[in-house]
Amino acid sequence: MSTAELVIPAPREIVTEPRRSDKVFRGVVTGGGLSSLAILGLIAIFLGYRGFEVLRQEGIGFITHSEWSISTDDAGNVLDSHFGLAAMLVGTILCSLIAVVIAVPISVFSALFLNFYAPGWLKKILITIIDLMAAFPSILFGIWGFLVLMPSVEYWAKLLHRYLGFIPIFDMQVPVYTRSPFVAGVVLSIMIIPIITSVSREIFSQAPLDRIQAAYALGATRWAMIKAVVIPHGRSGVIGGAMLGLGRAMGETVAVFTVLNIVFQVNWQMLLGAGGNVASLIILKFGDASPYEIKALMAAGLILFLLTLIVNAIANLIVKTTGKSGR
Amino acid sequence: MSTSHESENQEMQTSVKPSSLAEVAKAKAVKVPGTAALGTGLETRGVHAWFGKHHALSNISLDFAAGTVTALIGPSGCGKSTFIRTINRMHEFIPGAAMAGEVLLDGKDVYAPGTDVTKIRLQIGMVFQKPNPFPSMTIGENVLSGLKLAQLKVENKEDLLEECLERAGLWNEVKDRLGAHGGSLSGGQQQRLCIARALAVRPQVLLMDEPCSALDPGSTLRIEETIRHLSETMTIIIVTHNMQQAARVSDYTAFFLSDGGPGQMIEVAPTSEIFSRPQDSRTESYVTGRFG
Repeated sequence: MSTAELVIPAPREIVTEPRRSDKVFRGVVTGGGLSSLAILGLIAIFLGYRGFEVLRQEGIGFITHSEWSISTDDAGNVLDSHFGLAAMLVGTILCSLIAVVIAVPISVFSALFLNFYAPGWLKKILITIIDLMAAFPSILFGIWGFLVLMPSVEYWAKLLHRYLGFIPIFDMQVPVYTRSPFVAGVVLSIMIIPIITSVSREIFSQAPLDRIQAAYALGATRWAMIKAVVIPHGRSGVIGGAMLGLGRAMGETVAVFTVLNIVFQVNWQMLLGAGGNVASLIILKFGDASPYEIKALMAAGLILFLLTLIVNAIANLIVKTTGKSGR
Repeated sequence: MSTSHESENQEMQTSVKPSSLAEVAKAKAVKVPGTAALGTGLETRGVHAWFGKHHALSNISLDFAAGTVTALIGPSGCGKSTFIRTINRMHEFIPGAAMAGEVLLDGKDVYAPGTDVTKIRLQIGMVFQKPNPFPSMTIGENVLSGLKLAQLKVENKEDLLEECLERAGLWNEVKDRLGAHGGSLSGGQQQRLCIARALAVRPQVLLMDEPCSALDPGSTLRIEETIRHLSETMTIIIVTHNMQQAARVSDYTAFFLSDGGPGQMIEVAPTSEIFSRPQDSRTESYVTGRFG
């Protein structure tokens, strides 16, 4: 052994040359990943570009005012216009929240039933039916809401008003029950149950078997086991599913348009037959809008797009902060 | 059903001469079975087990006297874990699982119609191969989780908590951080936490399914000490692939073997006899490390 001082070398640079097949595959998947980003970006740019003129003219009033009017002369020149989305935004949020509040408990219970109680044959049938529900055209939900739900909703609305009327959102001064945000919320809730159920079912089925066994071995009943193991494990997944549902409810157009009475006035009373929804405003006005009004509708689309983005960002944040416990 | 097949082969390699294992077995304090006045103990009569059409276990009849430690040894796939899972009725959770025979706890069949399964599992606790504390609960909550799960009321939770952790040999290590999460402990500590958790509902019998196979030698030693302590107050059945461990902790040893068909019990005897003069040549081959 020489006594020469040990020379500590600089760390080597490690280079790996991927094989060609790997490079090709990497190109394909990168292309796929970036194209979805590009499409989303292009849509945002398109909406912003088309709506920019209106947004600049209305300023912040576009989301704080509720008036929606345009007057043109015979040549089609715009004389005067007021575009404000406040009522539609409030309506969008109100309807979607009602939908989520109704849908989440139903979905969580059905997911628990499917995973832990249903016999095998029933489980298969129910999963197929619920998946089918997700693929159902939304206009049919709208028609169902209009023809079946609406006639009986007056009863439920009166009931809620009588016993919960002291809470502002259940209060109502004018007895107009049909075509209310409540009806729209119920229809939307049925539309988002499949997605929340399917996300919850997936996350519940991943509850770790060793902890499930530990709970049973400690003398837990099935329900006690679910409370101690499955729900803590699945909490963040259920929140994620609820947010996906909320996103879908906010963007829903036709079903809401069929059952909701669109009124340009901010209304927080869910039982009163007046409300709105940004998407159904667009479908209502799009057909006979002047070129300038179309720009306003594009701007409305952009606002809805941003609202959905914000909701999803919040959802991610919630999933991240609640996700750690229970895993 | 045993799931870890990697670690056990390693343990098998350390073949030890029967005489030295017998010495280990004799070195323990001699215990007279049945002195602990803990009920009349546990007994299985003609237990068979199936997974679907696969006959996994055939005709196991064993007596477990109150206050003794019984080790179940034998190569992988011979039905040891399946057997202890029939005792506390965890076997039936596996889809397609079936059993025949009787498991008598204090003379009562745990499979009798009208039996409350959750009560059976309170009387017959279980510790699993892999430590499985509830990660969303703190150390303290983990120990007392059985009370909550089975909706039991207890006068003084603090005392019970300390007592269980003390008996599991974990109190000194965690007494200052009972509020920390169970997952923050080391593997060996987690396993002792799981033992403390099982003790909190005061079982008569404790089943241990290879409790040390995922642990380092130091932690294994701690848990073996714990088992010796616990056996003063309860009946313990431990599945192990480590014959040294069987020799160190158990009063009785039962040897299981499958000759391609369902697992059978070849021999049961006081541990020192199994390791010094086994009756069956297959037992001798196994304990001397000639196969397994």
